[in-house]
Amino acid sequence: MEHGSWITGSLVYLAAAVLAVPVARFLGLGSIIGYLGAGILIGPWGLKLVTRPEEMLQIAEFGVVLMLFLVGLELEPQRLWALRKPIFGWGSVQLFGSALLLALCALAFAVDWRLAVVAALGLAMSSTAIGLGVLAERNMMATTSGESILSVALLQDIAAIPILALVPFLAVSAAGEGGDSGVWLGVAKAIGTIAVIILGGRLLLRPALRWIANSNTPEIFTAASLLLVVATASLMNLVGLSMALGAFLAGVLLAESEYRRELETDIEPFKGLFLGLFFIAVGMSIDFAVVIARPLLIAAVVVGFVVVKAGVLWAMARLMPIPRQERAIFVILLAQGGEFGFVVFQAAALAGVISAPVSSFLVAAVAISMLLTPLLLVAADRWWIPLLSGGKRSAAGLELKQPQNNPVVIAGFGRYGQIVGRMLFANGITPTVLDHDAEAIEALRRFGWRVYYGDATRLDLMRTAGADKARVIVLAIDDIEQSVDCARMVRENFQNATIVARARNVQHYYELYELGVTMIERETLDSALMSARSTLELLGWQPHQARNLALRFRRHNVAQLAALAPHRKDEAHLIAAAKQGRQQLEELFAIERQQAAERQARTGWSDVPTEAAQKP
Amino acid sequence: MASPEPIVADDASATPAPAEILVIVAHPELEHSRANRLLLDAARALQAKSSPGRLAVRDLYALYPDYLIDVGVEQAALAAARLVVWQQPIHWYGMPPLLKLWLDDVLAFGWAYGPDGTALRGKDLWLVASTGGPEDSYRPDSYNRYFFDAFMPPYEQTAALCGMRFLPPLLLHGAHKADERDLAAHAETYAQRLADYPAWPELELVEDCVACEVPPNARPADRDLIKEAA
Repeated sequence: MEHGSWITGSLVYLAAAVLAVPVARFLGLGSIIGYLGAGILIGPWGLKLVTRPEEMLQIAEFGVVLMLFLVGLELEPQRLWALRKPIFGWGSVQLFGSALLLALCALAFAVDWRLAVVAALGLAMSSTAIGLGVLAERNMMATTSGESILSVALLQDIAAIPILALVPFLAVSAAGEGGDSGVWLGVAKAIGTIAVIILGGRLLLRPALRWIANSNTPEIFTAASLLLVVATASLMNLVGLSMALGAFLAGVLLAESEYRRELETDIEPFKGLFLGLFFIAVGMSIDFAVVIARPLLIAAVVVGFVVVKAGVLWAMARLMPIPRQERAIFVILLAQGGEFGFVVFQAAALAGVISAPVSSFLVAAVAISMLLTPLLLVAADRWWIPLLSGGKRSAAGLELKQPQNNPVVIAGFGRYGQIVGRMLFANGITPTVLDHDAEAIEALRRFGWRVYYGDATRLDLMRTAGADKARVIVLAIDDIEQSVDCARMVRENFQNATIVARARNVQHYYELYELGVTMIERETLDSALMSARSTLELLGWQPHQARNLALRFRRHNVAQLAALAPHRKDEAHLIAAAKQGRQQLEELFAIERQQAAERQARTGWSDVPTEAAQKP
Repeated sequence: MASPEPIVADDASATPAPAEILVIVAHPELEHSRANRLLLDAARALQAKSSPGRLAVRDLYALYPDYLIDVGVEQAALAAARLVVWQQPIHWYGMPPLLKLWLDDVLAFGWAYGPDGTALRGKDLWLVASTGGPEDSYRPDSYNRYFFDAFMPPYEQTAALCGMRFLPPLLLHGAHKADERDLAAHAETYAQRLADYPAWPELELVEDCVACEVPPNARPADRDLIKEAA
């Protein structure tokens, strides 16, 4: 099978994924375990369809690179800067705290100190792929635990480089520090490369992407997206830095650009497939020979290191603090070993610090811990998280379980939804409120609001929330994609309810409009008009005239938006989304100027009865 | 998914189909109303039964909750009508504020009155009003001190200036205390009259409108003239 053409390999991988993942999801186990299972099935210890998993693993690691690029895209530079404390502070606590404890445990069992150091560092690393993958699957990236997990994962990415550089020194520790100048050269190269990426990203990327987008060839834009990730990754690889870290940086640099959505949509499917491939490869690489030879020892090692790491994480979660019901996720998603562990053990084996059998033993331990993570999550969902959320508060907890039948469901209870909700409460209406920021919910509950924890894009949850009986569903989610997903789901499943939606911008407005939503408010329009009124008043306009002008502007503006709606659809296929938005804005302004001129040309009696002197 | 309905920019800007009878309803607190809500329902029910182009009902407070009247749409509706009905409660001896604003904005100089202001000439205006106080409170010896007729001249003259015939109003006094049967009977009368128009026996007795010509120099036509006058 191994000598077959590449097409046979693709056939095996794709078939395994297509079969195993839906089965796993059907069983409620999540897609990651499906991929891992598929890997074990087709691997050397299953059907033996593929026998050299290490090569696979190398290719598939590209999935992790793509994933970090996407994570970077969601994180504007300011937000990353705001995360510097959790990254270097809590990230270091996790990595070095766990490593220290693990090394001490190993020494207590009289393990050779070099093995203890390598094993501790390798096992202290967590799986970015699993952690961020599950966060994305559960839509928790924006929560406190989500950001904390990202912070720890980023520090591990950064720390992996010195750790990998350190491993060979352990082999020749007696020789002392011979390669001092080499290390400094490496550091200089690394800093130089990061500077090149940041500068290049700031100055060149956007013009380049604009130029490519202008060519109006969608597949070339996709190719350029991939090229961008591959180029940054290989640049980092060249100077011995983490490829994923480079991709992450490139992502952050593009987070503010107008091509963010476009890049996301292009990269997303590749990421999904490569990540799947990665998990399949992990499944394949579990060396069952080692497991079968010493089952008790491997079980003890897996349980031991996961428990030690979980202890460190639990203490961190208490101190940071992470909201109670998110703590389980935080601990479970970082307690397993990760892909960096594989690399560390391989490097250590190559350098002769540890023997090859020990290396594959440790790799197997890491892989098994990765296999355990989704299972632990399923168990936690059932028993641990309800226990956490039920601990102090009323029996109902935060998760919505009892079916509700209020006339209004509010999805998203941030700045926008809260105003809607407060006005409804003030008028004796009790809406069912959903949000997925556990920390905010906890704070709101302290003030007596009945807010439930949940993802409003989930059909089952919305049904429990009473969407099938509600008359109005207020869509106040701030994430555009989720808002549109939720609108689509509601339109398809709960036709009895009218959607009252918040639109972040014009593009969002049109997306909702095309789903048949008619009650849409752009979130900034009315407050901006109030500011415009204040400005006119300060310039000498009568307050009442300023009010009239603002209301008239609003009417024109909304009418123009409607008039441009069909226009927008035609262009969507032709022009890149960003260019299109700009053009629309220009058109909007042009029409406004023209209409203002027309109004001026008229005597002003038909539309604008401003002259008080003309009243009888 | 079916193609979405058009975005409604503003409830009001949807141009209504032209109709022979235009019922303008103005009640700022319809939710507390007894008489006017019943009357509105009666007019709507009749609208549903009538042939297209016969009757249009415009509830001003529902159309313009923000008091931003769409002048073009309102003028178009007026231009098409033969009978204009103002259905309102009497508040402080006059009309509710939005109806007054509607007059200010829609019955513009040069359109409804003044030079070339002939758009409403020859049409009928019918006031359908309710008062909270009973009929006998509108007497010199009671707390409203004047007969109700004393409050009608602003309405009559508004009609006259626009060249409209002011038909005898349909009044309901003591709307707060009227019992259900009286209210129902009143709504019935209202609907019947709307249905019968223009076949009203008393119409023959109503005189044609007195022409009120506003001389061209009565009002400064533009700013330059104001300056010259000063």
